[in-house]
Amino acid sequence: MGVRSAGVRPSFPRAAATVVIAGLLLPVVLAPGALSANERGDGSGQEGEATLRVGIQQEFDSLNPFLGFSRAATEVFRLIYPTLTTYSSEDFSVVPELATDWESSRDKLTWTFHIREGVKWSDGEPVTAHDVAYTFDRMMTDSAAATANGNYVDNFAEVSAPDDGRVVIRTETPQATMRSLAVPIVPEHVWSEVDDVAGFANRRMPIVGSGPFEVTDYRPQQSLTLEANEDFWRGAPTVDRLRFVNFENSDAAVQALRKGEIDVARKLTPAQFDALKGAENIERVKGKGRRFYELVLNPGAANSAGDPIGTGHPALRDVRVRKALDRAIDRSELVDRVLGGHGTVGAGYLPPIFRKYHWSPPDDERRSFSLEAADRALDEAGYPRGPDGIRRGPSGRPLDFEFVLHGDSSTDALVGKFVKEWLSGIGVEVSLQPVSDNQVNQRTTAGDFDMVISGWSVNPDPDYVLRLQTCGARPNPGGGGLPDSFLCDERYDELYARQLAEFDRDARVELVKRAQGRFHEMATGLILFYPNALEAYRSDRFAGFERQPAERGVITAQQGYWGYYRAEPTERARTAGGGAGYRSAAFVIVGVVLLGALVVFSASAHRRRTAEHRE
Amino acid sequence: MTDTRDRDDVRRPPARAPRILGFVALKLGGGALSLLLVVVLGFFLFRVLPGDPARTMTRSAPVSAEQLAALRHRFGLDQPLYVQFRDFLGNLVRGELGTSYTYNRPVAELIGERIGPTVLLVGTATVLAVLLGLWMGTRAAWRHGGSADRWFTSVGLTLWSVPTFWLGLLLLMAFGVGVGPMPGLFPVAGMSSPDVPPGVLPRVLDVGHHLVLPCVTLVAVIHAQFMMVMRSSLLEEMGEEYLTTARAKGLREDLVRRRHAVPNALLPTVTLIFLHLGLVVSGAITVETVFSWPGLGLLTYEALRVPDLPLLQGTFIVLAGSVIVMNVLAELLYRVLDPRVRAS
Repeated sequence: MGVRSAGVRPSFPRAAATVVIAGLLLPVVLAPGALSANERGDGSGQEGEATLRVGIQQEFDSLNPFLGFSRAATEVFRLIYPTLTTYSSEDFSVVPELATDWESSRDKLTWTFHIREGVKWSDGEPVTAHDVAYTFDRMMTDSAAATANGNYVDNFAEVSAPDDGRVVIRTETPQATMRSLAVPIVPEHVWSEVDDVAGFANRRMPIVGSGPFEVTDYRPQQSLTLEANEDFWRGAPTVDRLRFVNFENSDAAVQALRKGEIDVARKLTPAQFDALKGAENIERVKGKGRRFYELVLNPGAANSAGDPIGTGHPALRDVRVRKALDRAIDRSELVDRVLGGHGTVGAGYLPPIFRKYHWSPPDDERRSFSLEAADRALDEAGYPRGPDGIRRGPSGRPLDFEFVLHGDSSTDALVGKFVKEWLSGIGVEVSLQPVSDNQVNQRTTAGDFDMVISGWSVNPDPDYVLRLQTCGARPNPGGGGLPDSFLCDERYDELYARQLAEFDRDARVELVKRAQGRFHEMATGLILFYPNALEAYRSDRFAGFERQPAERGVITAQQGYWGYYRAEPTERARTAGGGAGYRSAAFVIVGVVLLGALVVFSASAHRRRTAEHRE
Repeated sequence: MTDTRDRDDVRRPPARAPRILGFVALKLGGGALSLLLVVVLGFFLFRVLPGDPARTMTRSAPVSAEQLAALRHRFGLDQPLYVQFRDFLGNLVRGELGTSYTYNRPVAELIGERIGPTVLLVGTATVLAVLLGLWMGTRAAWRHGGSADRWFTSVGLTLWSVPTFWLGLLLLMAFGVGVGPMPGLFPVAGMSSPDVPPGVLPRVLDVGHHLVLPCVTLVAVIHAQFMMVMRSSLLEEMGEEYLTTARAKGLREDLVRRRHAVPNALLPTVTLIFLHLGLVVSGAITVETVFSWPGLGLLTYEALRVPDLPLLQGTFIVLAGSVIVMNVLAELLYRVLDPRVRAS
């Protein structure tokens, strides 16, 4: 029935088909709407101007400096907002920035910062001590403003600006980190009009700032453009424009670098880095990393009230077991096989990039790799093997550990495999549990693990990561707190407190080293390695970047703005602007012509066949 | 329905209008009910995900218990679940989808930003894939077993089985970067280059230029399903007697195919097309990732990774909603297309 009706009245399906096709074409009609979302063409790419284009693989979580704390966002804040002090590119030493100098009272509780004169916000207003006081004050009084950098003002009692040139900060207790307050200072005349910090995206372009660059254009998930600030007090940057370009996968970023669509690619994997060897016009930068990669052993987690929490295995409370496990891990094998050699074998808590603070265990304390020694140590500690080859604790419970890993990290996956293999050799069973990043954090905080992978990027001032191992870092019963290895050790805490109150540089370094020694002795967190930061740039467009620290460091994502600020464009970068606008038009036309040719060809082929058919 | 039947005895023709209205109302009602279920499910489903939202928001920053409490209060997380749900529904009615944890911005705004690029990419690709698929499917079936059939089927099925990201990366290497003497013809990432001279035409061309590779990848992968469905449904029609009749009338082979066979074979394909149109919004996460296309698929993936509950809920509602709307549309349109549905 239906067949016939359709056959008799062909107009119906035809009309329907038209409707369908019209519906399908709707997106194409809508397309201009999608384009208009990117209204602001910034008309860049003029002759004689150099644009430095950096590929990034992380989205800016917020351009509001009180809220954003992804690495991508903090890197931008360093470029557009002043800080009181900054770290030198030479060796991370603290150098003046907005503050020209500073002094502390005799009791070390009152700090006075002298603000540089003649510095201007990009809208022409002067930068004064009142802006600084306003920024700190807002963070102390508005909980939303404390989201990103609240920890810096936790210990502040009062902040005031007696005149335009001086900021006075009073702290509750002496604090050695006062010279390195990495808080972006914002203009009071702009931000005092913001009532709801949490709801403020800070996307009115250009963003009023006072750094070497100024944000002028932001396209979410696509790019962020900064123009050089010609009035920067240190002098205008050598490049005219800086642009961060989003990539969703690092392979595409590498290909874009090869092709010259971007000038710098970073966070390269060892394989990508090796593949770029010998590539034309590409210079590779193997920077020492600021990061340590740590295997945490649950030493019996407890909250800040001292009540045990979590599901940690009782055997790991025994320091002899933790030390034995440490001896069963071959760190140099991990660096070779997991990092492809692009890393440094782990030793002390702080990475060797910070020469002054880095500590390595002396020979008699070093726990070198030896499966036999580890096996013997467990025998002696009273953990005999059961009939199945798995060791048993005093209570008869087998040594079977849950190892929590970041599920999307290939490094974790490999490390997990190696560690499992080695530990099975000494009669310890490990079950690997790859979970989401979020889950790793939550299980760590809750103490629900036996072994877990952790790792931190260390600041030039080590206070932050040192604090992670104190009793004070344990989670509150009501939440909060940020534990790492749940080490809660009287001697460690004492050393930590002393270094924080020690204002003599060398004496503090000594205390920091002793704290690391104690951390190593307790073996709650095993530092496996320090991965290198792998980057590459176009040497035909940029002649050189300032590294931090000098010679061994990185060129992007620094503690400061040096790399971008002092990048040297070559003649080529100035003449050949990044714009390929009209060439692209030509390619589109070529594409259309090719497509047309294909259609004509297939149609004629078809006609030929039907012709044959008729004969 | 009962009063319709009462009237049936009196006069038959006027009953048609209410029946259509009833049918439409039924379908729309069903769609609305599904949407409501999606909303409820979206709210509770994601709350089952392990993890404390306040801790998620602060990620690895050290925060005090007071700060956490303040955060919970700000996002209404300190309220009992049913109060949260009530507020969520209230906001939804007003068109608000909450505030993203990650971006600290309204979810509706974030989705609005991303939906354009996704519709542009997946919409264009779907249109092309449908046209190409229908055309190829028709050719393949009409000359069943011929060389065109063998080629189209094997190439289509091969591309259909190929992992999308792999094909995308291959195309990116070959046409984005260039191989040997051939230079890279297309950009490797993004939707537009920032250096485009002002003006509508250059900008449209620029986006078109960026669109080529991701679009070709998508078309290559999805066109096979349209082709195969079209091919098999046309094959079913091939033996029908009405085609013999048409030929006997002296119609040209072309006309027999175009006017008689294809319209009948189109029905299953239309269903498939509409099902697929619903997915247009959800985008193509893999293609968007490979070519760094700033679309909705990526946003969903990011939201799931965190997990950013309000953003997840928002994208979930938009994605599921578009599938439901398209399904309702398909059912309504089916009635127009197929007299059999009307008669039943």
